[in-house]
Amino acid sequence: MASWVWFHKLGSPKHFYALSEKLLPWFAYATAITLAISVYGAFSAPPDYQQGQSYRIMFIHVPSAWMSLFIYVVMAVSAAIALIWKIKVTDLVAGASAQIGASFTFLTLCTGSIWGRPMWGTWWAWDARLTSELILLFLFIGYIALRSSFEDRAAGAKASAVLAMVGLVNVPIIHFSVQWWNTLHQPPSVSKFGMPSIDPSMLWPLLLMAVALKLFYITVLLMRVRCEVLDRERGSPWVQELALAENGGAVQEAKR
Amino acid sequence: MTDFLQMGGYAAFVWSAYGLALVVLLGNVIAPLRQRRKLLREIARAATRMKGGSTS
Repeated sequence: MASWVWFHKLGSPKHFYALSEKLLPWFAYATAITLAISVYGAFSAPPDYQQGQSYRIMFIHVPSAWMSLFIYVVMAVSAAIALIWKIKVTDLVAGASAQIGASFTFLTLCTGSIWGRPMWGTWWAWDARLTSELILLFLFIGYIALRSSFEDRAAGAKASAVLAMVGLVNVPIIHFSVQWWNTLHQPPSVSKFGMPSIDPSMLWPLLLMAVALKLFYITVLLMRVRCEVLDRERGSPWVQELALAENGGAVQEAKR
Repeated sequence: MTDFLQMGGYAAFVWSAYGLALVVLLGNVIAPLRQRRKLLREIARAATRMKGGSTS
């Protein structure tokens, strides 16, 4: 039963703050190392026989796209958990994930567009995958706007949670779009049944970059949730002591 | 080295994609750092005011 106690404690902002303090450096270093190796792999892989050097955009675009979907799912699930079981920390995770997820969706759309210009001859097409990914960006932005538009934080959290959950249907649509419709965007080479149809020298940097970005997400998520904890708990003694400790000099200045 | 920078003629596309990725990653790191600093400053000021202006 000790494991349940630990899990229950995790829901408390103060314990989360203490735990994340210890975890953060590990995730930060792991992110930096995997990112560096991925980028090295991205540029040491041989050029594509069809696309030449331009295909290297894939090492940004594809993991970014995977992240946009992954983060949306995390956001929607944690919002749902917060709504149903009223666990504070999961609500903070949902809120913190939104901006991170939006930025990866934006990166996916832009790098896809940049890649599409030389390869397809167009910056944009209203094909199923591109359009549904754009809708994902609107969902992230809508979640952020809705969440912050209420005076009462709890109401904002509830309303945006419903939006996040409804929008969840978009995720399988994005994933299966290239199979269900005739699309300009190519069909899956990695996330499909059977062996990935991509050379190993290109596959490993792609997969490692996906790992690196997940570690990156956890790192910045922890950073953001910690800020939310400080904000929500600003009345409590431990936060005030922390603030005074880190601002001793600045406060003396203000007195003068 | 120039071959590397040229990216087979696709330099503008490849480097702008990686540049944008760098901006997005850095932005995601800098935003919470700045927010934290701002928050702690606010909280410290409010706490000092409450305590009557003394921190020692």
